[in-house]
Amino acid sequence: MRLQLRQKSVLPGFGLTMGYTLFYLGLIILVPLAALFARSAGITWEKFRDTVADPRVLASFRLSLWASAAGAAVNAVFGFIVAWVLVRYTFPGKKVVDALVDLPFALPTAVSGIALTSIYAPNGWIGRMLEPLGIQVAYTSLGVMVALTFIGLPFVVRTLQPALEDLDREVEEASASLGATRFKTFRRVIFPSVLPALLTGASLAFARSLGEYGSVVFISGNMPMKTEITPLLIITKLEQYDYEGATVIAVVTLAASFVLLLGVNVLQWWSRRRAGTA
Amino acid sequence: MASVTGAADRGLAGAGRWVRALVAAGLVAATLLAAASAAAGQTEILNVSYDPTRELYKDFNEAFTKYWQAKSGQTVTVRQSHGGAGKQARAVIDGLEADVVTLALAYDIDAIAEKAGLMPKDWQTRLPNNSCPYTSTIVFLVRKGNPKGIKDWGDLIKPDVSVITPNPKTSGGARWNILAAWGYVLKQELGDFAKLADPKYADEVARANAKAKAFVTELFRHVPVLDSGARGSTMTFVQREMGDVLLAWENEAFLAVNELGPDKLQIVVPSLSILAEPPVTVVDKVAEKHGTRAIAQAYLEYLYSAEGQAIVAKHYYRPITRESVPEEYLKRFPDLELFRIDDVFGGWQKAQKEFFDDGGIFDQIYKP
Repeated sequence: MRLQLRQKSVLPGFGLTMGYTLFYLGLIILVPLAALFARSAGITWEKFRDTVADPRVLASFRLSLWASAAGAAVNAVFGFIVAWVLVRYTFPGKKVVDALVDLPFALPTAVSGIALTSIYAPNGWIGRMLEPLGIQVAYTSLGVMVALTFIGLPFVVRTLQPALEDLDREVEEASASLGATRFKTFRRVIFPSVLPALLTGASLAFARSLGEYGSVVFISGNMPMKTEITPLLIITKLEQYDYEGATVIAVVTLAASFVLLLGVNVLQWWSRRRAGTA
Repeated sequence: MASVTGAADRGLAGAGRWVRALVAAGLVAATLLAAASAAAGQTEILNVSYDPTRELYKDFNEAFTKYWQAKSGQTVTVRQSHGGAGKQARAVIDGLEADVVTLALAYDIDAIAEKAGLMPKDWQTRLPNNSCPYTSTIVFLVRKGNPKGIKDWGDLIKPDVSVITPNPKTSGGARWNILAAWGYVLKQELGDFAKLADPKYADEVARANAKAKAFVTELFRHVPVLDSGARGSTMTFVQREMGDVLLAWENEAFLAVNELGPDKLQIVVPSLSILAEPPVTVVDKVAEKHGTRAIAQAYLEYLYSAEGQAIVAKHYYRPITRESVPEEYLKRFPDLELFRIDDVFGGWQKAQKEFFDDGGIFDQIYKP
């Protein structure tokens, strides 16, 4: 088969738009990232190892990873329900609910951080109710997870919505008329076809959460070894004018995000193929 | 053949377009240059400062503009930039064109001199009082009526006391807090800071330092939250009602009491604290490039004048000359024994390295 770079189209302009795309991506994304790697190139292996193996840095990696994963998982479940409701039903105020989903996008992160902290602090509305139960949210790793869940929600809902809209109802009806139970229809018909979108949404939320700083530092309490997130440690290094240390952590975070996103893409490709052949 | 000439024609037409575009671009560039040089004719300086000085410099800049107008007939506009001191210093290192910097720690200006070479390394000798036109200190802010009876540093580690302070890794203010606590223990143990420099007392000093480390370690067991900046800690203490005592800049404490609740908070002054000296300096390379050196110099010198000192005191910073400052401002500042970081810790460079850099004493407190 011949490698086809350019598809015949009634509209010309492939060269121009492609050139623009490459230039734009290069300028906005690749050049800054290349600068990051260029900066890390001058760092000795010992410095790299010592920075990454520091127990405090390791603790922050652990916290950032699990809190981001937990936030993404929560959003995968509840974001799915929100997207489902928004696509499948009509009800008064639907437009408002739909717009509400975007709020975490639109709010300055510091504002959401302060708002969440004031609600979940031991003297806040929700914090006050949870305290007698022995649950503390603000200034614990649970608080970090809550903040990351908050900022991740739109990613899941907005990626799922078009996928759910594309679902043919006939397929569900066919499944039902062939004798499948409601649960089986959901599990075998609906779920597999929206799984790629769900994975994409959750992984976007996850990747965003790994780097989130503004909304988390207010609610986390920033206790060394316990509630320090990785981006805070980058800032910490910069405060000491330790550009190298900050670069090392940044590169590790970047590599981790990249590997995870790549992994999710492979998973998606695989699940799409499986869904296609099944 | 026809198609070839056609292409050539198009090429020529294209070249014509290019020429026109170049001419247009040249015109735009020339206009911009003209605008830029006009701007250079005006006098404008940029003061890069840290967070809590926002109100102070707003007042001071107005006064300076009037003063300079009267003195030289020039209208000067002072632009301000505020933020965490470390972040601000980094911005200047990375190319923010500040004519003067007025930061929280000499350490931050040292970093500018060292990493970017924008001023000589002995910048601190150029203005009186180590280039510090005002000072401040660390005091305690407690709830009204002082329910936990906190009077001095020693009370902070009582079993039921919880202490709010920012993270010293990200907040300059928090570093002063730790050094103040450390100095308190040294003073208790040694009686006289002069022993620190005397080799005769080396053993005694080592013991005192060990005690101080134990005290600070215990102190941080009483800290439930480490906000990233001083303002964040004030919010945590005042609005989230976390903790029994906030370790704060004196000026921040006054501000918190006045703005956020005279009926809810009060200031407790410990027996001894640290003398915080926020320094100022002209950024030579930038001021020379802008041709603003004389104004920048006059701006900083005006901080030391009678009017400057009065404005400083009005905003709860301790003036360095008491004459000419109205009595109503002066009486706000309670007398307490203050020690200098140079005398006890051998300067910021050394203290930063020993206490706050990676692997330093603060990290050891939290090592598992």
